[in-house]
Amino acid sequence: MAVLSPTQPAPARGRPPGRRAPRRVGFSQRLGRWDVKLSPYLYISPFFVLFAVTGLFPLVYTAFVSVHQWNLLGGQGDFVGLQNYADVLDQPVFWRSLVNTVSIFVLSSVPQVLLAITIAALLDQNLRAATFWRMGVLVPYIVAPVAVSMIFGRMFADQYGFVNALLGIVGIDPVGWHSDRFASHLAIATIVNYRWTGYNALIFLAAMQAVPRELYEAAVIDGAGRVRQFFSVTVPQIRATIIFVVITSTIGGLQIFDEVRMYDAAGLGGPSKNWMTTVLYLYDVAWGNQKNFGRAAAVAWILFVLIIGIGMINFLLTRRISTSGPSTPKVSRRHTRALLERARAAGAATTTPPAAGPAPGTGAPPSGGARAGAARAGTTPEEDR
Amino acid sequence: MLSSTRHAGRSRRTAAATAGLASITLALTACGSGSDDGSGSGSGEESGSGEITLTVATFNNFGYTDELLARYEEENPGVTVEHVTAARSEDARTNLTTKLAAGGEGLADIEAIEVDWLPELTQYPDLFTDLSDPEIEGRWLDWKVEQATTPDGKLIGYGTDIGPEAICYRADLFEAAGLPSDREEVAELLGGADATWEDYFEVGRQFVASSDAAWFDGATPTYQGMINQVMDAYEDPATGEPKDLASNTAVKDLYDQVVQAAVTDGLSAGLEQWSGDWDAAFQNDGFATMLCPAWMTGPIEERAGGVAGWDVADVFPGGGGNWGGSFLTVPASGAHTEEAKQLAAWLTAPEQQIAAFEFAGTFPSQVEAQASEQVQSFTNEFFGDAPVGQIFSARAQAIEGAPFKGPNYFSIHQSVQNALLRVDVTKEQDAEAGWQGALEEFASLGL
Repeated sequence: MAVLSPTQPAPARGRPPGRRAPRRVGFSQRLGRWDVKLSPYLYISPFFVLFAVTGLFPLVYTAFVSVHQWNLLGGQGDFVGLQNYADVLDQPVFWRSLVNTVSIFVLSSVPQVLLAITIAALLDQNLRAATFWRMGVLVPYIVAPVAVSMIFGRMFADQYGFVNALLGIVGIDPVGWHSDRFASHLAIATIVNYRWTGYNALIFLAAMQAVPRELYEAAVIDGAGRVRQFFSVTVPQIRATIIFVVITSTIGGLQIFDEVRMYDAAGLGGPSKNWMTTVLYLYDVAWGNQKNFGRAAAVAWILFVLIIGIGMINFLLTRRISTSGPSTPKVSRRHTRALLERARAAGAATTTPPAAGPAPGTGAPPSGGARAGAARAGTTPEEDR
Repeated sequence: MLSSTRHAGRSRRTAAATAGLASITLALTACGSGSDDGSGSGSGEESGSGEITLTVATFNNFGYTDELLARYEEENPGVTVEHVTAARSEDARTNLTTKLAAGGEGLADIEAIEVDWLPELTQYPDLFTDLSDPEIEGRWLDWKVEQATTPDGKLIGYGTDIGPEAICYRADLFEAAGLPSDREEVAELLGGADATWEDYFEVGRQFVASSDAAWFDGATPTYQGMINQVMDAYEDPATGEPKDLASNTAVKDLYDQVVQAAVTDGLSAGLEQWSGDWDAAFQNDGFATMLCPAWMTGPIEERAGGVAGWDVADVFPGGGGNWGGSFLTVPASGAHTEEAKQLAAWLTAPEQQIAAFEFAGTFPSQVEAQASEQVQSFTNEFFGDAPVGQIFSARAQAIEGAPFKGPNYFSIHQSVQNALLRVDVTKEQDAEAGWQGALEEFASLGL
């Protein structure tokens, strides 16, 4: 090393484009071009690779299973086209489960979001021991859903249940929590609400904390009371969060499983399928007595399409409702593109071509990545439920 | 100067790209290896000189203590036994079927199964090792072996325990209602050796006339006891084809009989087993008797803690009856099926099953174990020091065979059970509407 060092002068830094340069430039240029073309895709690829593995592949494979006869243990059978879909749509239990799902979803999601936003508004005030209260609302969320369901299952027992005992004290006849269809939905919705209201409240709270305080000061100067502040400042300001919570709770509400599975001893929606939800029906078809994976996959796809449909309606509705106030100025895509182009042109004029290349290239991925990140954030909570 | 910045910039970008690639590769390999070692069994890790690890997967409480397994390790140098327990049998079942469906990856070397899972598993005998062995012939009751034998004569499971049924009753409630309460007298009262269901229900009518408590817990467990005595309830044993439920008079007769007793005569407490209400009823004098397989003594004691008066009578309506019981299987995909088979045979040998019975109360299915001194002299303190070992051995003798249960047994059975639940528990339908519902549910099975 010591001998060699004089002949190899201080590496790269101070060296003029020297002896070995011609060969290296060719390669490095090619490398540079690949770099420009390829690396943006590499930067954003982890999301797409993960999505392909955990999102796209299961979707496509489920579709593949759904057009075959497929037993859980026996595996793939004959290709049957859309027969499984026809079979499922032909089953009265499927339709019953769909009605149950929608009913439980409405009974849980609507009060849940309203209650959560109210709790969040209260927590947003200057409370004593604020952190204690804020953590307190999250306690139900960290209790295991199965434990919650078991406790509530005993509370809502028909003969020796706690709730019926309380009703008895007030002089109300015991409610058939497991025999009346609507009562069972109410009980299950209560379990769901218990678990998720606090979680949603915290999300709302986080959004409310980000609302600039000057807006409230201005509102106070304008003579707005607490209620008016809430509707005219808070709600419009947290619009994006409301949309997020409504959509995730819709998705979660349509996929209710733990609560209904644990609601009674058999866990199959009761003798009349009074509280069998669609996901529970899917489970029963796949892992119950039938072991019919083909049909279960068809149910999964029908549910998927349904959730997308309801999610879209939801999105449109929520957007309309919460844009009552003046919305933030929206920048059109064309405008952004024009700005970008101008910046690019300016960049090209000032720097030498090869070095300028990466600038717009690296400029693009972050926005794409952010969008991908948002999409991911939108999907994770739903998986949890 | 310019070139040096460029150089640095490029190498940084290259580094970043490499890092990106590396992170993807890492993520992917993490996924890949996760499915390999997440199971940690199946293959059984070899560590040097012919040492193997055998995993045993059970559920609830099979009575296989660490000491018991350590004894096997001592007797068989080079073998390490690992015991995995699932809290509930449903969890174990989902685990087993899902992994079987995935080609056996991640299964334990020995998988415990319940008798109720057999109809679907025997359809795929190739997934399990044939365990038949002339050396251990005659170890079990004949019907126990038959249950785990596939149509083509393979034995896929070694029997562990069985559930011979007796009647558990509340001696104090019997006394209060003016009935004899001593366990021999109760056995005689219910009809003795040739007790019938009608005898059982008749005593129930006398009982409810002079007591606030119901006679039995619910229509569904009672019906379960009755249908378990019908050898060809829902399917034709010869072909395995399901019978039409509408014209199945044997089933309809039992249905009518149990609805008459439970609802019309008011003998039932209207409870579904394992529900919250059922649990609570034990503390609230909800009912006076229940059908009681040997393993049920544990759940009763759990729920009725502090309630004195539970007892067991050596009698069962309609002859003997078996409810439940388990087996040990050796999945064919395992790496050490031969060694696993040996371990399964050892675990289900009379000596070990006696130890398991003493520890966990699982009644042995082995003829020799049932006759053993330890089992015969076993008493249960909670049940008034009843000689449960002796009683359940006698009840096991009375079992004539196991009913045929084909692939559609449980689907059809569930539709009848649901009808009974609607009539007896939720009371939303009368007997006739309930039966019509069962027929509709049967029709929708598309058999």
